[in-house]
Amino acid sequence: MKSVRRIWNRIVEFVIEKAIFLAGILSIVFVVLIFVFLLKEGLSLFKEYSPLAFLFGTKWYPISHPPSFGIVPLLLGSVVVTLGSIVIAVPLGVGAAIYVGEVAPVWLREILKATVEFLAAIPSIVLGFIGLVTLVPLVKQVFHLQTGLTAISGSIMLAFMAMPTIVSMMEDALRAVPSSYRYGAIALGATRWQTIWRVMLPAASSGMLAAVMLGIGRVIGETMAVMMITGNAAGIPTSLMQPVRTMTATIAAEMGEAVQGSDHYFSLFAIGIVLFIITFAINLTAAFFINRRSKA
Amino acid sequence: MVDETSKDKLVVKDLNVRYGTKEVLRQISFAVRSNEILGIIGPANSGKTSLLRTLNRLNDNDAAFSMSGTVTLDGQDIYKKMAPHTLRRKMGIIFALPTPLPLSIYENIAYGPKLHGTRNKTALNEIIERTLRASFLWDEVKDRLDMPAMKLSGGQQQRLCIARTLAVEPEIILYDEPCSGLDPISTAKVEEAMTLLTKQFTQILVTNNTKQAARVSDRTAFFLTGELVEIDETQRIFTVPCDQRTEDYVSGRFG
Repeated sequence: MKSVRRIWNRIVEFVIEKAIFLAGILSIVFVVLIFVFLLKEGLSLFKEYSPLAFLFGTKWYPISHPPSFGIVPLLLGSVVVTLGSIVIAVPLGVGAAIYVGEVAPVWLREILKATVEFLAAIPSIVLGFIGLVTLVPLVKQVFHLQTGLTAISGSIMLAFMAMPTIVSMMEDALRAVPSSYRYGAIALGATRWQTIWRVMLPAASSGMLAAVMLGIGRVIGETMAVMMITGNAAGIPTSLMQPVRTMTATIAAEMGEAVQGSDHYFSLFAIGIVLFIITFAINLTAAFFINRRSKA
Repeated sequence: MVDETSKDKLVVKDLNVRYGTKEVLRQISFAVRSNEILGIIGPANSGKTSLLRTLNRLNDNDAAFSMSGTVTLDGQDIYKKMAPHTLRRKMGIIFALPTPLPLSIYENIAYGPKLHGTRNKTALNEIIERTLRASFLWDEVKDRLDMPAMKLSGGQQQRLCIARTLAVEPEIILYDEPCSGLDPISTAKVEEAMTLLTKQFTQILVTNNTKQAARVSDRTAFFLTGELVEIDETQRIFTVPCDQRTEDYVSGRFG
């Protein structure tokens, strides 16, 4: 009886161990498979089309004859919208994080934090059409433009999407600063603002940079909202007041109409590779900053 | 003895302190004289640390904290007439655990003077050397002032915190069990520094170590469960105390 139980236990142990291992390894397998598939499809473009013309070409005319697959306008579209949203979201996010983490009374802190995090729960398509009917006409009116479907509308909308990530991660970073730093500064006669500015922010800077990086990662990969409100004209933007088309919006808009196996189809995968590399680099940078924080 | 005379630097009168419903200090009245070291002894939960936190207004952001009575510094009420950061500039505090900032040794000490407007490089260098010498740390760190303060040993960090406090040029220095985490040699150095600092500063030393109070303080106050049992010349407290409870505590019969 006893030995049966022992064998049974060993079987259960073995099965559970392997199952957990499988669950852990699966995520890696999926990432690798996705990347391999992406590479296979995307690189097929370069059998017939020069990689240099793809990376540095300034014209995106996928269905003209001969087609032109230059992604510079799309890349710039993504960069402009992302930079714009970061310029908006970071100061707001830092301010909000300091207020929530350091200044607000406890009862208000809980409400604010929950509200900011709730912002992350709004589906991006909802933010997109709210932006379309409220923000786009406003931008058109304020800047006296012919259309409000511009990069800046996308930036503002995406800033809202990046805020939850940025605020809640920055607040965590501030909270992780040992309270002895705060007391050390206060004991020297520093005011609250001096303490925050000279001690808390430098000590939390790694975590706060990581928050910005992850915010950028979220923004650059965002698709639906930007597709709805940035105008989708694949020209090279010279200002924030012009319509732009991002890489994500291009893939979403054209994948349905591209003939499978055609150069157009492969070119969309190639864009996917570029996006993948960019977000991968951003996440890697964020991980670097987070690591540096935990070591310090 | 609690009468306000011209030599009294800090006067505490009828002080009651509560955290929520818990009463931690009851009807405390005493005065601290200029340039003395006042030792405060007493077992755990006697309210020693709460007293220091109240004197330095570190409880201000604690919603549960409430108090009555007055604390005056040179005749000015510290709760009604002073901003907390002004008060803390006049009354520095050294915590039980060293609290170096994540900066270099140099920047740790320069932090306070810079906050209060000293930017001149030579003046800062002078302050740093003077305060490090006063806290007996200069010889150990003079060649590596750019090193992160976190890399110093615990005893060195604590002396750095003293130097940092001196750099702000307070009038009073509060010590909250400053040697509880230190080895005997570091403790001796800290005590030596304190003794020499009496020329310039008024010091209040909260300690769990009655022998330390006996060694360095001019007068000693004995606290027990939130009450001030007795305050007198250190020698009298340790030889002929008035109260039986004081005698029991200093002779090690409880605590």
